Amino acid sequence: MNRALLPLLAFIVLVVFLGIGLTKDPRKLPSTFIGKTAPMFTLPLLNERTKTFSPTTMLGKVWILNVWASWCVSCRAEHQVLNSMVSANKVNLIGLNYKDEVTDAQRWLTRHGNPYQLSVSDVEGLAGIEWGVYGVPETFVMDKKGIVRLKHTGPVSNKDIAEEIIPLIKQLEKE
Amino acid sequence: MKKFIIFLSLLVSLSVAEASFEVKEFNTPQQEQRYKKLTNEFRCVVCQNQNIADSNAALAKDLRKQVYNMIIAGKSDDAILEFMVARYGDFVLYRPQFNSTTFLLWVGPFIIFIIGLYMLVSFIRQRKKVVVTNLSSNDKEKLEQLLAEDKDKTK
Repeated sequence: MNRALLPLLAFIVLVVFLGIGLTKDPRKLPSTFIGKTAPMFTLPLLNERTKTFSPTTMLGKVWILNVWASWCVSCRAEHQVLNSMVSANKVNLIGLNYKDEVTDAQRWLTRHGNPYQLSVSDVEGLAGIEWGVYGVPETFVMDKKGIVRLKHTGPVSNKDIAEEIIPLIKQLEKE
Repeated sequence: MKKFIIFLSLLVSLSVAEASFEVKEFNTPQQEQRYKKLTNEFRCVVCQNQNIADSNAALAKDLRKQVYNMIIAGKSDDAILEFMVARYGDFVLYRPQFNSTTFLLWVGPFIIFIIGLYMLVSFIRQRKKVVVTNLSSNDKEKLEQLLAEDKDKTK
């Protein structure tokens, strides 16, 4: 091989690597929870403040945790997607209302519809820290043993649901 | 009157800005030092190029509180570090720990340096060879002549 071509080759390799880097979103961090047991919390329900919910009650079921807030703009776009997901599929969707005012959150659900089986309210954001939440919305899928199998940062689209989330849930249901 | 209202609203906004300055009380000066050191070590994951000590993001504020609570509870620096990495990954540390995923990050620059050094050395060696081998005996004579002339001139 011609030695003069070596620098060009090295340059092309560099361009390819940097090019791949450009297509990635630096805001998306790899989750450290995939394959690990879902973190714990015990929080009051958004609509029934006297009752509490904790992830252990979902053991034996495949379920989705969706982190949302009424102040979160991209949650509004995602909300319609979630609404249509629960009307078309049988899924256990739990909401984690993150750092929100209870009344704002309740009003938001009445206005935009409530796709959640229940929502818990994490006013202080402490459960958010336990789950490594850094940007709302975030979506986690847990298997029957309570192990996190998927994390989606940012709003989920209809495509994400059809191609990623629903197939995974169907597969996990069989496990 | 209008100006006065503007002045008043400016005052109010100033006091709001002031409120974001947090006062934290520690039992010992060592605890305060550890708090300062740790909050400078953690990257604010939502603002990318700031540590959680400098950032005004809500999450950074919560994490400062978390670090503070853990220090007051008597947790060690390692325990706090582990807590953060378990939740936000190696990315949260400005100096990530050395493990299989961060291996290239730490060693990569040295590998590239060694490759560069090797290329430089082999390039220089090759160039020397070219000068020596390409001269015929005729050329050598000519070269010596020229060098001698040059010496005379510089004298």
